[in-house]
Amino acid sequence: MPKKTLQVIDAGYRCTIEEQDDPAIWITGAMKGAGGDLSLLLCGNAVNYAVRGQDASGLSFGGRKQTQPPRVDADLTKLMSKGVAVYVVQEDAVERGIETGELIDGLERIPRAGIAKLFAGFDQVWHW
Amino acid sequence: MADKKTLTFSIMDAPYENGRTVTAMRLIDIAARRGYDITVFAYEGAAALSFAKQEPHANAVHGRDLAEEDHPVPREWVAALIKTAEAHGGKLDWINCGLCVDERGVAEAVPGTRRGSPADLWKAAESSDCTLIIGAK
Repeated sequence: MPKKTLQVIDAGYRCTIEEQDDPAIWITGAMKGAGGDLSLLLCGNAVNYAVRGQDASGLSFGGRKQTQPPRVDADLTKLMSKGVAVYVVQEDAVERGIETGELIDGLERIPRAGIAKLFAGFDQVWHW
Repeated sequence: MADKKTLTFSIMDAPYENGRTVTAMRLIDIAARRGYDITVFAYEGAAALSFAKQEPHANAVHGRDLAEEDHPVPREWVAALIKTAEAHGGKLDWINCGLCVDERGVAEAVPGTRRGSPADLWKAAESSDCTLIIGAK
């Protein structure tokens, strides 16, 4: 039985342009494909990853166009379709002016006070 | 060794950029001296820590020539930690994330390290007593 692991991401948009994704979300997908039993918690600035329809397209440096922008909201939806539960800390979204209706479908919203209980349900908690 | 542990670390910071790298090295060094079996998955910028072409330099501001400055280069830390683990009856499996290596052009790594993938991190974590991720911020 694989160890049940929660991936916690709180930093947002550190290198998403160059990597065309968030590396912690990406590696979660890769490890899920390798048989991992994984869930994801977005907190802090990373809650913005769940905002639906964000668009980073159109970037060009000196004529070198970014043809594949990051689509982190779509990446999260894809993760959920593969059976990875994605949690979002409610207060972190509210503090950043993100309304529930702006978020992608399928998320599990938890209060900040519920984080400890969430952690207790996992064998491992990895904070990226 | 009755209390031998198996540990997995994943680190992300590029060389010379953050104190988190030194913290990770401290922890790995302690584990190596205890003879533990250690896996390090060097992800993102950390894939450059073992790059074989790192070179030390003199430092005119410090007033020291090349020899005097004795500038640390992370590839030496990696190589030394691999030897330390072996010398104490354990092992250090240093794995560089392959795609991270490619996009940074750091394929030449010191001997004793290897190229891998996220599946290696997962596999190592599954068989470890504990896993520590030190992410970049």
